[in-house]
Amino acid sequence: MKKVMKSSIYFLLLMMLVLAGCTSKPQNETASSTTESQTNQSKQEEKKEEPIEITMYYPIAVGGPLTEIIEKMADDFHKENPNITVKPVYTGSYQDTMVKAQTAVKGNNPPDLAVLLSTELFTLKDMDAIIPLDDYIKNDGGDEYINSFYPGFMENAQTEGSTYSIPFQRSTIVLYYNKEAFEEAGLDPNNPPTNWEELKEYSKKLTKTEGNKTTRYGVEIPSSGFPYWLFQAFAIQNGKNLMSSDGKEVYLDTKENVEALQLWLDLAKDKSMPEGVIDWATTPTNFIEGKTAMMYHTTGNLTNVKNNAKFDFGVAFLPAGGKGFGSPTGGGNFYLFKGTEKAKQDAAWKFIKWASQPEIAAKWSIDTGYVAVSPKAYETEAMKAYVEGFPQAAVARDQLEHAYAELSTHNNGQVSKVFNDQLQAVLTGQTTPEEALKKAQEEANKLLAPFKK
Amino acid sequence: MEKKIALQQSVVHLGTKQETKTSKKMKTNVQAWLLFLPSLIFLLMFTFYPVLQTIYLSFFRADLAIPDPFFVGLENYQQLKEDAVFWKVMKNTFWFVFTTVPISMILALAMALFVNRAIRGTGWLKTAFFYPTVIPMIAVANIWLFIYTPGYGMMSQILDVFGFQDINWLGTANTVLPAMIIMAIWKEAGFFMVFYLAGLQSISKELYESASIDGASSWYTLRKITLPLLMPTTLFVSIIAVINTIKLVDHIAIMTKGGPDNASNLLLYYIYETAFNFWNEGMAATLTVVMLVILLIVAIIQIFFVDKKIHYS
Amino acid sequence: MQWMTRIGMTILGMVWSVPLIWCIWTAFRPRELATSYSLDFQFTLDNFIKAWQAAPFGQYYINTLLTVLGILLVQIITATLAAYAFARLNFFGKDVLFVIVLVQLMVPADILIFPNYSILRDLSLLDSKTGIMMPYLASAFGIFLLRQTFKTIPYELEEAARLEGCNVFQVIWNVYMPLAKPTYVAFGLVSVSYHWNNFLWPLIVTNSEENRPLTVGLAIFAQSYETGAQWAEVTAATLLVMTPLLLAFFIFQKQFINSFVQSGLK
Repeated sequence: MKKVMKSSIYFLLLMMLVLAGCTSKPQNETASSTTESQTNQSKQEEKKEEPIEITMYYPIAVGGPLTEIIEKMADDFHKENPNITVKPVYTGSYQDTMVKAQTAVKGNNPPDLAVLLSTELFTLKDMDAIIPLDDYIKNDGGDEYINSFYPGFMENAQTEGSTYSIPFQRSTIVLYYNKEAFEEAGLDPNNPPTNWEELKEYSKKLTKTEGNKTTRYGVEIPSSGFPYWLFQAFAIQNGKNLMSSDGKEVYLDTKENVEALQLWLDLAKDKSMPEGVIDWATTPTNFIEGKTAMMYHTTGNLTNVKNNAKFDFGVAFLPAGGKGFGSPTGGGNFYLFKGTEKAKQDAAWKFIKWASQPEIAAKWSIDTGYVAVSPKAYETEAMKAYVEGFPQAAVARDQLEHAYAELSTHNNGQVSKVFNDQLQAVLTGQTTPEEALKKAQEEANKLLAPFKK
Repeated sequence: MEKKIALQQSVVHLGTKQETKTSKKMKTNVQAWLLFLPSLIFLLMFTFYPVLQTIYLSFFRADLAIPDPFFVGLENYQQLKEDAVFWKVMKNTFWFVFTTVPISMILALAMALFVNRAIRGTGWLKTAFFYPTVIPMIAVANIWLFIYTPGYGMMSQILDVFGFQDINWLGTANTVLPAMIIMAIWKEAGFFMVFYLAGLQSISKELYESASIDGASSWYTLRKITLPLLMPTTLFVSIIAVINTIKLVDHIAIMTKGGPDNASNLLLYYIYETAFNFWNEGMAATLTVVMLVILLIVAIIQIFFVDKKIHYS
Repeated sequence: MQWMTRIGMTILGMVWSVPLIWCIWTAFRPRELATSYSLDFQFTLDNFIKAWQAAPFGQYYINTLLTVLGILLVQIITATLAAYAFARLNFFGKDVLFVIVLVQLMVPADILIFPNYSILRDLSLLDSKTGIMMPYLASAFGIFLLRQTFKTIPYELEEAARLEGCNVFQVIWNVYMPLAKPTYVAFGLVSVSYHWNNFLWPLIVTNSEENRPLTVGLAIFAQSYETGAQWAEVTAATLLVMTPLLLAFFIFQKQFINSFVQSGLK
């Protein structure tokens, strides 16, 4: 009978444990209310060396051992700032990371720092999730700091006179081409296509068939996930960017855009590009394996291609349309969130500031292939040596002159989704470019209407 | 129930002996409810309350453009009616469920009939058919994503051997849903097989013996004895299969994110997108209500057609 | 005819095995071979090492184990108590409770992702293991399964225990639970494999590596290689995630299959 008693006690204890597990967290949560953070702040001034740990959500949209690189970066920062530990939390793709950050914000438990697409500015602002960085900038760096970045990268970081994010892992789209394939097709390996006509012509020449099978395509332009980004390049080359700078209007159904989309579609109709949706992730593999002679892809892939391609390859500006060269910028910025402790925000800012130093930005760019965010980074010794040995790395930088902000609107998730859907519908042969763009414009107008007061 | 209580109350006056009996009754009631309480709390909190809350929220406008939700009546439902993507998703869900379920059930029946005969040297088949059931859908998606990848996957290699042009399974509007249905059939058939096995084992052996004495062919026995007697199992499996398949969306997150142009998007994934990508909370609630209505219909079918055979008490 | 079906079934069985074999085959071959049509085989563990180093799978394992076992433990407690009440007591409101439990069978928590997320948000339980577990702590399936078994246990045994002075909990612990052991095993297997494999809910609830289970970890690991060509590592990671259950299934095949049958038949 004693045994029975004992086990019932265990049993009850277990029940209590379960209940305790349910209630322990909210207490912690309320503890970090405003009064607490204020006292923390004053405490902070007394004891500067109090260790602070900040979490940073980060995505990976391009390949390579980025996890290691970013952890190394956090370590280096810790060595210089022993009281601050940055804990990078890998949170999936850009889209996944955005979802994570949003659920965390809605759950009143925002990350201290996050790297998210620069285009999420309006969405995050509408959610009242992020804080402007103006005060930090004023006290630490000023205009000089902001002006040190390429202006193309700052476009999506500012609105209504405030700066909300700082560029970090930025990219543009470039053309990768296989020089050996060019020679084989009788093309000059040092003269990649420079305009749409040449793009079509070269792609056709570069396509290789055996019987009814295509063994090598001329070009691949990925269309899974975020086709709007690649389309934006064509749109910029042929006319103007797709949205207004306040993120309340989009210009999708212009005549120029219809032409642009027609060109994209024609490449597949010519059989010099695979039909249907081309997977973003498989495209570089196809290029490396020689299954496509050219590809449109992010500069963030440069290091991967460099390390794995067994042939000589070139990197070039995207072929120009009616208006000239052009590409959207892309990639992620640092954001700071509302509702975190002041001390942690300070620490996070310190890390942002540290990461945008020319040497660090240069190292990050060399290790990953992302475009370094400031001209000064390209003047560092390390970068100069790198570009000299690997001139392809400079192409993305030079193309920045023709680069404009990535599509970014209010309700960005849904607006880009209706646009993506229509682009994919065209590429899979479900509809025509005119109809698709008209429909995308209508839907986007509907979605944006509530934001125009 | 009410009658009983009335009776008890009238009995109370009869004397002390009855009084102790009632208090004992009272004690049992309290005890039973206390025993049930832990389950009840969680059931109310995570099944009933959310259902009511969802229905309530579905009458509100709550999205990124609106700081404070406000009542809009049936506007969300109206919007849904005009939302082409929603109808596409419903159509996909319908086809996904109503091709996956019958095909995998027919395969499951064939598997069960064969495995049940326990022929020497075929024991591994049961294992082979069932193992996909214990693999996470996410793992299944990873494996099949590679299988379907043009240029490298197994499908490409097979097509290549036979000299066909490669197919972009997941990147073409017409093939993406069938590709996913094939994968779902592979994942689920073995699970349904075990129910048929259980059903087969409950059929009396004597029926078969007398049939064979009468000289009935095996085809005849199958048609006249086995299949009719498996009817309750079939009805029951079809309900489980529908509920299971309607929830099967994990793979979309890995393989296509619903694309191209929503050709592989399913209702539960669309709810996920609407809630956590678009933060259109009113619409997410409305979509959840649609899902609940579908499940309600399934439940009604179950109560009227299936439950007569399988009773819970 | 006999031979035809046998051949047909053997082919079907082979088709069914192919994805697993292909997965193992890719995972143990050098990664360069994954993108070629070559059929060479060279054994390597590199892919596993790389996957293990690239993401904290050890942590994910612990998270999954804690979550799965936590759910199971609480489910057993709640279901046992409720099942006893259903099986042995006559009480006011029994029918109503019965219906309430039935409804959970019809409306699985998996489809209530959005409202349940808001509830966790209000409870400040997002990004916690408790949060992952919460919606699953009461199991209608467990209640019905145990109730059925409890009913088959002779009431005399309970009376005997009562005479010895046992209270309700002691009766349940000493009489009912030991005699229902096979049912608990069946329920345990189904519950563990269900929650081991669960994805969408933990994806929504968890943010940090301290809470992220294997399935979510695998999904975002698979996405980290957006440059493609990393199939070898992704397949190795996939194998890592599914091996424990798969191995358990291969060893305890009979128990598994029987449990799943019971899971449907209630």
